[in-house]
Amino acid sequence: MNITESIRLAWEGIRANKMRSLLTMLGIIIGIGSVIAILTVGNSMTSTVTSSMSSFGASNIIIMLQERENSGVRAAMREGDRITNEMVEALKARYPTQIAGVSLSEPLGAGQAQDGRKYANVSVIGVNEDYLNVNNITMLLGRNIEEKDTEGSRQVAVVSNKFVNKMFNGDIPGALGREIKVRFFDEIRVYRVVGVYEYEQTMFNISFASENDLSTEMYIPVTTAKKANSDGDGYQNITVMATNDTDSKSFANTAAAFLNRFYENNQNYQLSAISMESVTEQVDSMMSTMSIALSVIAGISLLVGGIGVMNIMLVSVTERTREIGTRKAIGATNNNIRLQFVVESIIVCLIGGLIGVIFGGLLGYFGSSLLGAASGPTFSSIMLAVGFSMAIGVFFGYYPANKAAKLDPIEALRYE
Amino acid sequence: MQDDIILMRGITKSFYIGRSNELEILHGIGLTVKNGEFIAIVGPSGSGKSTLMNVIGALDRATSGSYILDGSVIEDARDNDLSAIRNKKIGFVFQNFNLIPRTNTLKNVELPMMYAGVPQRERTHRAKELLDMVEMKDRLTHRPNELSGGEKQRVAIARAMANNPSIILADEPTGALDSKTGRLVMDIFHKLNRQQRKTIVLITHNRELASETGRILTMHDGYLTPQNTEARA
Repeated sequence: MNITESIRLAWEGIRANKMRSLLTMLGIIIGIGSVIAILTVGNSMTSTVTSSMSSFGASNIIIMLQERENSGVRAAMREGDRITNEMVEALKARYPTQIAGVSLSEPLGAGQAQDGRKYANVSVIGVNEDYLNVNNITMLLGRNIEEKDTEGSRQVAVVSNKFVNKMFNGDIPGALGREIKVRFFDEIRVYRVVGVYEYEQTMFNISFASENDLSTEMYIPVTTAKKANSDGDGYQNITVMATNDTDSKSFANTAAAFLNRFYENNQNYQLSAISMESVTEQVDSMMSTMSIALSVIAGISLLVGGIGVMNIMLVSVTERTREIGTRKAIGATNNNIRLQFVVESIIVCLIGGLIGVIFGGLLGYFGSSLLGAASGPTFSSIMLAVGFSMAIGVFFGYYPANKAAKLDPIEALRYE
Repeated sequence: MQDDIILMRGITKSFYIGRSNELEILHGIGLTVKNGEFIAIVGPSGSGKSTLMNVIGALDRATSGSYILDGSVIEDARDNDLSAIRNKKIGFVFQNFNLIPRTNTLKNVELPMMYAGVPQRERTHRAKELLDMVEMKDRLTHRPNELSGGEKQRVAIARAMANNPSIILADEPTGALDSKTGRLVMDIFHKLNRQQRKTIVLITHNRELASETGRILTMHDGYLTPQNTEARA
């Protein structure tokens, strides 16, 4: 008797009890399905986050002020502790080939542009000439914030195309040069539009506001913002964009070491730098650890499904005692009987596993498209699921099959 | 094929019920069945008939004594050897048919050949031949629950003949049948015995059926005694 015969025999056994076989499979379907769904969504989430972060600028290095650990009592930050323009200029001058730009910013706060009945919500940020470039923001028309704007603290602004849609009926060329009134919490300021950038939704600015109330960034010169804030010179953090052929991870340390010379005599503060690349890597590994952990939890339902298979196989063996006795009387060996039941259990688990892959794949596709990056299960996760369901079939099918194989033919034949 | 199909000497069978409670069912059975014989073993229930049948059918091992079935020494055989012996040398016919449910007539008859490793085509061919012999050719795709008792028993006989066994061991084959269909089944046994010189051991409590056979042995309290030996000839 060969394996094809065993498969045929087992298949007949499964078909004889369609409903029961289906219910048994259900446990495996749910188990495998949830593992596949979680892996698929997890993969898609990881790639979404990674690509979001790299659109944020994978070669960016954030340098920020950090309290010294040995400072004991918490020291208030004074103006003199901040990163100054001189330090930034010195850094640029020292590493001209490694630095593509240094972005400086100063948030001014939320406001609302108003013109008669028209309005648009904005979040106003003071920036320097490198900001838009460093943050991968695409200009549609007009110009960027330039050095002359920051030097003169001019009342100019770069707004989003969404903003133009609301305030100027989408007329981008017509918007350039127009003055807009922005109402803040306590006062109204006036800016002249000099450029329009393309608004992009990323996972960092996901908004649940309606299109009408969507708040977009409005960029003004950083010095203008500082003046409005009545804030002194200097920055708590700066973003350095490394050139393409620079290793941003190691350059982060170099840049921090260079700038920290300015802090040698500072008792309370120093600078630290992190590169987006290393952050991305950390997030990446965190996400995959998380999806593995979730899969393990989903795997518990697989275990429960496997116990269900064992239970049904035991019932099936008891129910078919007479049949087993007959088979033994007409010449089936213990191995023949064992193989028949193990194969039956494997087939149930394998079919359940395949349905689970389809089911979980669809669920994962649906879930990942909700996240905005639809993807199917990977080949390796399918192979893993199929292999795993076969292993469950063998593991949970063996005990009942062995019980069947060891039945005494005389007693089995007498069984009612 | 050996001249003596069954050669039993001093077969005993004991059961152990609890501690030190030995219950001997068969007390030194001696039995010789020659090739082509048709014999009947009769006896009241509880006489040890079934136990003897299990020993003859290699479903059970004797506690002591020697048993040679068509040249194979049964008492030394391992489990897998016993399976092979049952498969190739013995054809079982049971009182309650014991066909595999949910499996059609043809597949039921093919089953012993499947376990013997006979290729599919040959198996189907032989099964059809056998079903033709028991006049069940037009019921190939029927399942056991779609057949009458007599039909089931005919299928069971075809199955017993599948691997062309040395003996057919029939345990109350007409016990679940009415007298008319029982007659039909007995006719098939006679035909097999006469035309194919098949050795048949019939176990029954029906003396009328037993008297049709060549030799009657009576089982009584674990002893086997010959009867009307003059009927042979």
